[in-house]
Amino acid sequence: MADPATFAEQAMPFMGPLYSAALRMTRNPADAEDLVQETYLRAYRGFEGFKAGTNLKAWLYRILTNTYINQYRAAKRRPDQVDLDDVEDLYLYRRLGGMEAAAAGRSPETEVLERMPESDVKEALESLPEQFRIAVLLADVEGFAYKEIAEILDIPIGTVMSRLHRGRKLLQKRLWDFAVENGLATGTGPGR
Amino acid sequence: MDCNDAIHQIYHYLDGVLTDDKRAAIARHLDFCPPCSGGYHFEVELRILIAQKCRDEVPADLRKRIAEAIGHEPPPEPTL
Repeated sequence: MADPATFAEQAMPFMGPLYSAALRMTRNPADAEDLVQETYLRAYRGFEGFKAGTNLKAWLYRILTNTYINQYRAAKRRPDQVDLDDVEDLYLYRRLGGMEAAAAGRSPETEVLERMPESDVKEALESLPEQFRIAVLLADVEGFAYKEIAEILDIPIGTVMSRLHRGRKLLQKRLWDFAVENGLATGTGPGR
Repeated sequence: MDCNDAIHQIYHYLDGVLTDDKRAAIARHLDFCPPCSGGYHFEVELRILIAQKCRDEVPADLRKRIAEAIGHEPPPEPTL
């Protein structure tokens, strides 16, 4: 059993990541603030149920995600559908000419990614259908393992893997579209 | 292991969920295949950049509201 007196000390350092996650989920600063505040209140009230020594960050994300799902969107039974037939593995790398560059002994360019404005990367992530967005957020922004994501979202590991696989592909496609729109990349991909 | 096999498992490789045997087979392939190795490093870099670029500053009043709500004294404002 966790000691409530230590809650603030232990939980406050996670506010930055939780607020970023809340922004990506709600896509709205006012809702994100409310969501984070509600998460901290629920966590504080329920802290005696947290098993000391287990993963506090994952526990807080579970509360955040449940609060978001229960309060900020209508229940959705059907899984998100996206058409990813034309999105191959390493989509972005191929589009940026990485395969050819590496074969020719040049190092593949990641400068396009580095030059991409934060606002575009955030917008690309926020444009993903919700189920994919949350899976990618937990895995690639927050660094949670499959098992932790399965526990946070209360879904099987196989579902985590499939949402991540599709979400990452879709994110790469959106990033490529933004890069082309903003003139950071040109053309339509490999073989140019 | 050919390029298709390696690339197809690259995310699982990155996520650290493969068995030791599969991991070793992919690592061997990457050692000898510049395009696949480039793809792997690109994906590593991409993840780092996505994580770095998806950070936001917590509004000071939110931090204060939460600290007050849970009975925690807010730290003093940094003086410049």
